[in-house]
Amino acid sequence: MTSATTHSPASVTARAEAAAPRAKKVRGREERSTLASVALHGTLILASLVAAFPVVWIVFISLGPKTAWQSPGEVLGNLSLDNYAKVLTDTDFPQWFGASVIVAGGTTVLGVFLAASAGYAVSRMRFPGHRQLMWSFLVTQMFPMAVLIVPLYELLARFDLIDNYLGLILTYATTAVPFCAWMMKGYFDTIPHEIDEAGRVDGLTPFGTFWRLIVPLAKPGLAVTAFYSFLTAWGEVAYASQFMGADHYTLAVGIRTFATESRADWAMMTAASVLILIPATLVFLLVQRNLVSGLTAGGTKS
Amino acid sequence: MVAPVVIVLAVLVLYPLGYGFYLSLTDANEANVARDIGAFHAPATYKMVWFDNYWSVLSGADGDFYPRLIWTVIWTLSCVVLHIAIGMGLALLLNRQMRAKLLYRALLILPWAVPAFVGVFAWRLMLNSQYGVFNDMITAVGLPAQNWLATPFAQKTAVIMVNVWIGVPFNMVALLGGLQSIPKELYEAAEMDGASPWQRFVHITLPGLRPVTNTVVLLGCIWTFNMFAVIYLLLGQNTTGEADILVTFAFRKAFTGVSDYSGAATYGIVILALLLAFSTFYRRRQLKTEQA
Repeated sequence: MTSATTHSPASVTARAEAAAPRAKKVRGREERSTLASVALHGTLILASLVAAFPVVWIVFISLGPKTAWQSPGEVLGNLSLDNYAKVLTDTDFPQWFGASVIVAGGTTVLGVFLAASAGYAVSRMRFPGHRQLMWSFLVTQMFPMAVLIVPLYELLARFDLIDNYLGLILTYATTAVPFCAWMMKGYFDTIPHEIDEAGRVDGLTPFGTFWRLIVPLAKPGLAVTAFYSFLTAWGEVAYASQFMGADHYTLAVGIRTFATESRADWAMMTAASVLILIPATLVFLLVQRNLVSGLTAGGTKS
Repeated sequence: MVAPVVIVLAVLVLYPLGYGFYLSLTDANEANVARDIGAFHAPATYKMVWFDNYWSVLSGADGDFYPRLIWTVIWTLSCVVLHIAIGMGLALLLNRQMRAKLLYRALLILPWAVPAFVGVFAWRLMLNSQYGVFNDMITAVGLPAQNWLATPFAQKTAVIMVNVWIGVPFNMVALLGGLQSIPKELYEAAEMDGASPWQRFVHITLPGLRPVTNTVVLLGCIWTFNMFAVIYLLLGQNTTGEADILVTFAFRKAFTGVSDYSGAATYGIVILALLLAFSTFYRRRQLKTEQA
């Protein structure tokens, strides 16, 4: 293997360089000079700043007086939670928040359940239309809501599901489930089939095998699924604004009442935004350790 | 076990799709659909026009389609290229041994946890032409201040920027996962053979990532092509219309002024057809390279 077949000068010198440290057995891809370390950390710090800045900024502005967004300099001298108090007591914010919790929670439960069972079925069972199903999951991601929104409205209206949390939950499930099922299928594919067989031998039903053996093993995948379903529902605007009446506004729709055509009440908007961010960040912190492994083994590898 | 999903999808996706297709063959708008005015029920009075809507869109007669399509393609390409390039760069950096790795990762994934509408509001605040901190920052490094949310070109730059901010974390995490699944032995063997870092990247990393990048590119194109929240919320009512992509344009058709349901439905079906054609082509090309 080491006998060279190409003799270009570059590869020879490169080999010589590589050979010397190899003898000392310390050289690895992970070793780097001080300069490289500075460059690496510098780039990552810069990128982290860019990623975090908009969030930090709304937190900062939300802590200031009403006009803080026009003169951010005033914030530090006048720190207060007034905006938060106002949002929580003078507006319908708590009600919107409750609505969003119901809708996002419902979507998460329904989404995880449907995506996991469908993903498992596609991964383990052979049935007619098996291959087309994966393709059709992908195709549902292409349906623009502009074409779905009017017919969906009519359909939900027929079942009396307009201005109803269940209607919105079902709608969001159609967005979240296909992608999640796709991802879960990939994840289940990485779990050895022998485990299923062992379960079968021990007398478990197919569902029992799935529930007792496979689900616990698939936690990282399920975590990503839950995260994705939750965020889909927590942040969706278009359907929510057309399907829900003022009594059932979700946060995404409600917060827009703080902004009129011409101007936005940034004091209220920023405080509300920060409150909206908290649950999303909590969910995120819960699952973030699993994100990389869940997503890798999952859909990205199908 | 797959039955519940298939049923839910069939009812909530296929039925509306079929109905949408039907609407696109009619001249339905707000004035002639069935509606209830108080106790009085007005029946629908719209009629079939068959492919007239498609003809007026595709022949360019409505004057909106081709400009919107061109901008949608530019928007999708620039967003996806930037997503992958930045996501890949950060994933490569994060895939090394170093201090504070978990902290960096958590901070870099943060925009993904931010609901799109909150992220967009934060950016709208920052991009405000008069008081926004973004102009302060770019003038500090010597770039000219812009009226970000007013002129078409600035609007287009702004929506791409915000969408890149929102979308990079997903790509970064997916690619990071892909990097971690490449066997370390391959790199060790390449080092033994004296491959330079660049050669290792081109001959091991890129091919090893191909399954991940294939999926991420395909999903990224579909999602970006259909992205609604960023453009709609960032520009709000101030839009000049120039920065509208097909999806936001169709939404405005359906829900502003006299709602043009058939026109919006036609756009929807055309968008779906474009994406289907693209992904079929992409998949086929992908299979070909895999077999080669």
